[in-house]
Amino acid sequence: MCVTCGCGQEEVHAHPHTTDLLAIEERVLAHNDHLATHNRAWLERRRIRAVNLMSSPGSGKTSLLERTIAETSGRREVCVIEGDQETATDAERIARAGARAVQVNTGAGCHLDASMVERALGSLDPGDGSLLFVENVGNLVCPALFDVGEHRRVVVVSVTEGDDKPLKYPQMFAAADLVVVNKTDLLPYVDCDLDVVTKNARAVNPGVDVLPLSVRDGDGMDAWYAWLDRISP
Amino acid sequence: MHEMSLVADVVDLVERRTTGCHVTEVRLRVGALTGVLPDAMRFCFEMATAGTRLEGATLELETVPGRIACRTCGAESPCDDHVLLCGCGSADVSVVAGDDLVVTSVALRKESACA
Repeated sequence: MCVTCGCGQEEVHAHPHTTDLLAIEERVLAHNDHLATHNRAWLERRRIRAVNLMSSPGSGKTSLLERTIAETSGRREVCVIEGDQETATDAERIARAGARAVQVNTGAGCHLDASMVERALGSLDPGDGSLLFVENVGNLVCPALFDVGEHRRVVVVSVTEGDDKPLKYPQMFAAADLVVVNKTDLLPYVDCDLDVVTKNARAVNPGVDVLPLSVRDGDGMDAWYAWLDRISP
Repeated sequence: MHEMSLVADVVDLVERRTTGCHVTEVRLRVGALTGVLPDAMRFCFEMATAGTRLEGATLELETVPGRIACRTCGAESPCDDHVLLCGCGSADVSVVAGDDLVVTSVALRKESACA
């Protein structure tokens, strides 16, 4: 015990409490980013590519994964970390589609962070060379701030949400490597112009790839699989 | 409401960087482009510090204006909007300032309450 302050540290140590003010100068997200870097290194040692999938609730992230698993499981193993506030519904859907999944329930939390993904990786134990999807909590705001150790960020938006989403949630779209526009089969029934989605996405993220598809009909899915092939080792 | 988890990270960070002392004030530098709402931070701070060595501490927030540099025209300009756009119309910009959230300093109680 420290004889000066009785704080339980070893005997000789600095006593910041003898001064009024202690300079810290540390980024709040430094700890999360450090863990994210560890996650990325852990994945790279196993030649695993990780894709962080983000969107508002109901855009079709889980459906996209179900179809992707059904149609590409012969090419490489797919594993999924499912983030939701409550329920294991999505992990069960992924398991029924034929892939291994682990559910992370964030409770009141609105996003996944690097420590949650670290724990999930430990229990999921994705195989060497596999493709890992991290399906983030449905939310177009908070997940943009938290690196979880992914290699690519994909934002999914559906045509029913309108074509102005990138301008309303610029941080999320600015951080994306790919914007998937889902539910194109509904285009005849909604006021959504794909060219405007692309224009708005590029207004906040110049040069970002925009990929329209329909999980339901299968249109555009080949381009999605080609993109996944390109990012895989 | 990512502010709650950010404030929890602030508490962890301060508890890790101080030993034994009661913390009476935490100073944060909040970039205008971080997407962090100062009012939401204050709202969460009291809840997140309850039962910790930061309980009762005040939270001082210093907002740093955003600045962007344009890759198209080379100009540097102020920007506090999340749609990062240079005056020349280009969105091909990088953030120079205002995208960080930093614990700058803390005030600690001097007396023997540090046990």
